Amino acid sequence: MIYEVFRQERKGQPLQHAGSVEAPDRAFADVYAREQYGRRGESTSLWIVPRDAVIEIDDFVDELNRNYHRVDGYSLKEKLKEARERAASAKSADAFSAGKG
Amino acid sequence: MEEEVQKTLLEIADDELILGWRDSEWTGIAPVLEEDVAFSSIAQNEIGHARALYELVARERGTTADALAFDRAPDEYRNSRLVELRLLDWEKTIARHWLYEQADAERLERLKQSGDAEVAGLAAKIDREEAYHRMHAKMWFDRLEGQPRFTAALEELRPLLDEGREEHTPELGELWEEMTMVRRSQPAGTKW
Repeated sequence: MIYEVFRQERKGQPLQHAGSVEAPDRAFADVYAREQYGRRGESTSLWIVPRDAVIEIDDFVDELNRNYHRVDGYSLKEKLKEARERAASAKSADAFSAGKG
Repeated sequence: MEEEVQKTLLEIADDELILGWRDSEWTGIAPVLEEDVAFSSIAQNEIGHARALYELVARERGTTADALAFDRAPDEYRNSRLVELRLLDWEKTIARHWLYEQADAERLERLKQSGDAEVAGLAAKIDREEAYHRMHAKMWFDRLEGQPRFTAALEELRPLLDEGREEHTPELGELWEEMTMVRRSQPAGTKW
């Protein structure tokens, strides 16, 4: 059976997929995963998950090409730049009026 | 350091060195890739433990770990006969691993109580690594327990634990040839 191994490099960080081990049962998966992903101080935590237990979704449909649903479909960059400029000019206006008073 | 303690440390060092060599013979040909990695790593650890133990004794005797490991004649080694056999069956290898790890755990437990802080400290350090070996041995034991070939292997090898350390099988001599070949063939004064 294949077990997927996720590892956390440092406390507080998310666990990320590290690889997999082939093992006949949980005890073997435990030992093999420790051996391959944990024994050299490279991990603070491991998750070992039978591959069957992972629900995989990879069929994302966007037939009508509604790109505003997508993260990259709506450009924040320009809008953020404008907002920052507005905030900056409002601040300097405040400073100006405060200096006057 | 008392002579008796040095003798014990050398026995353990010889066991770990020889077993490390024997276990490393599975590198590349273990039953599955994961096991290849795990067992090779165990072999490497054992040789690391041997080195640390030889170093302690070498300091007392004004020599080096390498000299203790490789410059003695085969009949001067004090390893158990259990570790020197060339076992090419996996069930025998695992039976030896299981028997050895249990005996080693008891021995390290005694050594951890040593009045010599350095010896006790090293024993504790080695024991922390051996915990992985025991976990590995246990998982195989649980899987193979009761299987006729494994049971027969345990019965065949168990008595070797209690045999003396003074005499060896020809298999140690063969291993010694291989193990010390590079060292014996180096020109005098070679530094690695």
